[in-house]
This record gives sequence, structure tokens and C-alpha cells, in this order.
Amino acid sequence: MNHSLHITGGRVIDPANGIDEIRDINVRDGILVHEKSPHAEVIDATGKVVSPGLIDIHVHFREPGQSHKETIATGARCAAFGGFTTVVCMPNTSPVADSPSTIAWIQERAATTACVNVFCTGAITRGLAGEEMSPIGALAQAGVVALTDDGRCIQNHGVMRRAVEYARQFGLPVMDHCQEATLSADGVMNEGEWSTRLGLPGWPGLAEDLIVARNILLAEETGHPIHCQHISSARSVRLLREARLRGVPITAEACPHHISLTDERLKTFDTNFKVNPPLRTPADIDAIIAGIADGTISILASDHAPHATYEKEVEFDQAPFGMLGLETELAVFLEILLHQRKALTLPQIITLLTVNPAKLLRLDRGTLSVGAPADITILDPDHSWTYDRNDSPSLSRNTPFHEFALRGRALTTIVGGKVVWDLESGFRS
Amino acid sequence: MNWQHKDLCALADHTAQELMTILDTATAFKGVGERNLKKVPALRGKTLVNFFIEPSTRTRISFELAAMRLSADVVNISASASSLEKGETLLDTARNLEALRADLIVIRHKSAGSARFLADRLNASVINAGDGAHEHPTQGLLDAFTIREKLGHIEGVRVAIVGDILFSRVARSNIQLLTKLGAKVTLVGPPTLVPASFSPLGVEIAHSIDEVLEESDVINLLRIQHERQRKEYFPGVGEYSARFGLTKKRARRLKENCLIMHPGPMNRGVEIDSAVADGKGSVILDQVTNGLAVRVAVLYLCSGGAPMASSATDQ
Repeated sequence: MNHSLHITGGRVIDPANGIDEIRDINVRDGILVHEKSPHAEVIDATGKVVSPGLIDIHVHFREPGQSHKETIATGARCAAFGGFTTVVCMPNTSPVADSPSTIAWIQERAATTACVNVFCTGAITRGLAGEEMSPIGALAQAGVVALTDDGRCIQNHGVMRRAVEYARQFGLPVMDHCQEATLSADGVMNEGEWSTRLGLPGWPGLAEDLIVARNILLAEETGHPIHCQHISSARSVRLLREARLRGVPITAEACPHHISLTDERLKTFDTNFKVNPPLRTPADIDAIIAGIADGTISILASDHAPHATYEKEVEFDQAPFGMLGLETELAVFLEILLHQRKALTLPQIITLLTVNPAKLLRLDRGTLSVGAPADITILDPDHSWTYDRNDSPSLSRNTPFHEFALRGRALTTIVGGKVVWDLESGFRS
Repeated sequence: MNWQHKDLCALADHTAQELMTILDTATAFKGVGERNLKKVPALRGKTLVNFFIEPSTRTRISFELAAMRLSADVVNISASASSLEKGETLLDTARNLEALRADLIVIRHKSAGSARFLADRLNASVINAGDGAHEHPTQGLLDAFTIREKLGHIEGVRVAIVGDILFSRVARSNIQLLTKLGAKVTLVGPPTLVPASFSPLGVEIAHSIDEVLEESDVINLLRIQHERQRKEYFPGVGEYSARFGLTKKRARRLKENCLIMHPGPMNRGVEIDSAVADGKGSVILDQVTNGLAVRVAVLYLCSGGAPMASSATDQ
């Protein structure tokens, strides 16, 4: 790789280094460097924002085992399309990513087919069954960046406690999908006025709150970080805020759909709005946005969860949970947090999409420091566009944001010093 | 007078005026049902499929008779006789019915929203005969029809609906229709079966049947559904019956003209005393008769029939 870039005239926002100014960025051989190379390709970023490549620590790329929904290659293209240069895959594949051989397979597949950086998580328990610990030491050695049973939640508190204690020796953060199963039971949407109107079984916020509280206590007890995934309930935000003020090593993430869509959307029984945890109420949205604004929720992520159209085209209670996210993630966050609510500044939003996730999972990414890998996203926070799901590189079409008018979009996605996608010319390979 | 829809999936989707159109048309058809020659040729040459994926006798037969009154051809399909058991999706099964040129599909299904799901995807008319705990529109209509027929009006009438409201599609259709037509609805049952989340639907909530006996013009008793494993929701049938059953003693405190309704099938001695079910004020069998007139009207209107005026309208 002997290739150089000179990105000129852009507003460089690099929260890791406290930079927010017009300046040039130089890349040589995949690395950020001080000086412009003589034959560098020049990218004019005048009037645009130059950010460290965005990081999404919560995606489902469905390989191995469910490549009719998404592959690592197509999922990675969704990431690039959305301005993301690094993603972290969840382990609920088939087979489950609970062994070093499966991790190695995913890593190999990513290295040969993905146009962005793909990191793996390993399952906390074998087969995501919530009973026996996975070979956590071997998973750590194989290079997983965190442990999670995402999609499931370990109901046995003893098992969860031991897993967190055990993970500590490897420095692997534990991420949890917070859902107490006896309270969520057979629920398929938020429990409240709309589940009452629609006669659909409710999954109350209470079921999330109880596990968030459990995780706070376990993080406090063990001193080891626990990360609460896709927070959806107002009371969970309150519990997290109190815990973080006390210095408990607990973190949380929020997803685009949980700050932009309410459970009223389900009134047409459209399964593209069926997601776990479910869309909740305007009050929950307000609380999550307040939590993002005050630092209670320090990471933004998509929970990109592709499902084939024929799988979603069934009775509402039979349909799988999950929605696409990477393609619209940045735009929805900017539309809601920056434009509509004015809850955060652009540098703050970029912090939650770069430095903070990198710090949690100890990735050498999310910065424009000289010497770092040249992962860069050029974006326009004011770009007005209407999303069309048929433009998605995904193998699936289950987005709730089809035909949404949005402000803000990635223009160019650069991974390891190479432009992999830009709005004008599309994918480079 | 207007009805512009090919489907009837939920009463929540329709205006008060549209719902009155159905009731008025049903009144006109009830007259037909009292004649010696009960048949009219309105749907001659049309095919109706009764697609019942959940067991039902009364509703299925009522739709079947309604279709016959309109001279339609009728086919009945149950879950065990369909390819759903072989793993075919609901949509594929329904598309096959449409490919066989079914004009109307009457569906009962355990999943809320299943009627709407088909209606959005098929050219055939889709009539909801009960979708999970969501709605049972023709039951709501026949209940309102019966109230109007017996009391002369619906606006201002006080209706108490008692029982397993949370899991009841009958309750939801009644709530939608009666509140739109100006009735005052009170839901009665233990807090586990009548949660506060019903309040935004424009109803009152009571946790004791004794609170509503004197004031109600209509008491609609819902079946307590043993088969759906409600053990987490109340301790048992005995305690339920003691607190919410309409006993003879309680029935004596009702208004002189209070109507006693039940969508059936009844559990005699549980939600209603046997003598009360058969006694003065009980209109339970009138509901069944009226159900036929209402279903005739729904099939007729959803097939594009012109609304009919009735002399019995009150508004």
C-alpha cells in the first residue's frame, strides 16, 4: 500500500485531541502523518466536517449461518455507506461465537471480504444459553474485544456474577442486553397505552430496569466494567445516572430508533418497527436524550439487525425482532440530537461515536492522532436527504426509516487510508 | 350514510358515522331475516372463505349463514385442514385462497393484527372475526346493535364490561364502538386484568362489580378464559366469582331495565349465575340473532353494497 491522501479545507473535529478547527489532514500508507506527500490524492473538504472514522459497537452481520439476511461483506458496506469505519459484531450467529475457531473464522472472513474494520465479541455463555461459561480465556486470546450474550440476557444472577468476575482477569468488558425474562414474558412491544389498544403482549420497561439495577450492583461489587446495551427506558437512565455519579464502572449505549420512534408506530402492525428492546413512549425518548446530553449514556450504536423480507412478512407476534440501522444511524442522531432537540453539539455527538466506544473496548481507533490508523469520515451535518431503503447495500430491507427526511450524512468513508465509499461515486470496489 | 372500505379489520379504524352506517344497514337486513324467504341475491356468484385458524363455532356459523343469506358460496377452512400446519405462511395460504378467486376472506387468528396484515396485501375483502386480543369487530357491532334495539339509543348509555378485559378482543371492539357513539363505558375486573393503561381509551375503571350495579344500563359479562392460563392474574375461579360474578343477589340491585349481555360461550356459575343468564333482562340470545344481521350488513357493505337506511336510527 503506497498511497497518500491530502484532505484540505475541512473543519476537523477530533475530540480525542481536543481539536475543532479548519486544518488539513495527511495520510500515508494507511497512517495519519504530519506532512503532505508529494503525489497525494487531494480531497477538498471545504465546508465539510472531517471526523475520526465512526465506530459502532453493536451490529449483527449474521455470518456465519444466516447469510441470507446479511454477510460480513454486505454489513460492512452498510457501515461504509453510513460513515462507519469500525464495527463490533455480536456473537448470536450460527454457530454462536463462543469458541476461538468461530472467532477465527469471522476474523478471516472480515479480513478477506469487509471494507471496514470488523471486531468480534464472544458469547459469555456457551450457546448463549445463560448456563455454562464460554471459554473466556481462549476467546480473549483469539482477540474478542468484549463479551456479551446479546439478544439474550443471562437470567441467573450467579452465572452473571461469576462471568463478570472471571472476565476481569482478561480485562474484557462485559456487555449486557438488559431484559428480565419473567417480566418481558411473551411481550412483543412496549407495555402501555398502545399495547393495550392493539391487544399485543407488552414488554415493560420494568424488565429492563431490573437488569440494569442488577448490572449496576454487579459492576460495583466486582469493580469490573459492565456496559448496558440499547437502553430504552426512562427509569434505566435514572438508575445509570445515579450509579455513574457514585463512580460505579457502568456504561450505556443508545440507539437511533429509541430516540426517534415511539410505540404508536406499531398501530399499523408494521413489523419493521418490531425491535428488542421495543420502541417506547415520548417520555422514554426525552429521558434517553437527557441521559445522552448529560453523559449518563456515553456511547451511540445502531443494533443493526437485518432480517429477510419473508421473515418479517408474517403475523406481528411471529416476526423476528430487529431493524437495520447503520445506513441511517448518523443521520438520525444528527437529525434528532443536533437539529431537532439541540441537545448536543456536533463535537459532542462525534465523541459518542468515536472516542467513547474506542475507550470502552480499548480499540486503537476513534482519533486523528498522527501515527493512528487513517480511519476518517467526512460528513456534512446539514445535508438534507430522504432515505430510500432500496439504496441500502444490505441484503435485507427491514428499516423503519424508509422515506424519512433527514439532515446530516456521511460524504466520504476512509478506512486505513483508502476511500471505500463516497456519496458521489459510491463504493470504490 | 357511507362505507367506502373493502375490509373490516378494527372498529378503531372507522368513524362513528361509518359505524352507524353498518348498524343501520344491519337493521334493514334484520327485517329480511324475519321473512319466510330469507335470502337476497346481493352476493350471488361471490365466494366467501371462512378462514378460521382458531377454534370457533358460533362466529363461524354466523358468518356462514350471513353469506348464505346474501346468496354467496361459502368454503370453510380450519387450521388443521390448511397448509399452515405444513409450514406455509399465513400470507402464502391467503394468496392461494385469492388465487382460487375468493372474494371475501373472513379470518380468525390468534395473532393481533393478522386481519390487517392480510387486508393490506390482498385484493379480496378481509373481515376480521377475531385477531388475538386485538378486536372482534362484528361482536362489538352486534353488542351495540342490541343495545340500540333494546334501549332505543346508545349515546349516554352506561355500559359496564366485566371480566378478563386485558386479553379480550370483545372488550376492545366494544370500547372503540361504544365510546365513539357516546356511551359511558366502565371496565370492571381485578387490576391485573383491567390495568390502568386502559384509561387513555376514554373509559372508567372499577375494581369491584358492586360499584357499578345500580348505575349501569347494560352489564356485559365476559368469559373468564381458563384455557389461556391466567393463574398469574388472579387466584382462581372461586375468588373471581365471589368478587365479580353476577349473582342473583347482585342482579337484584340492577336497574329495572338493565340489559344483561354475554358474548358467549358462558361459564354458568362463574361470571354469571345460571338463573340470571336465563332471567329477566338477559338479551344473550338476542345478541346471537343480531350477530347474523350485523354480519350480513358487513359482508354486503364490504362487497360494495349501497348503505341502507333504517327507521330505527336514533341519531
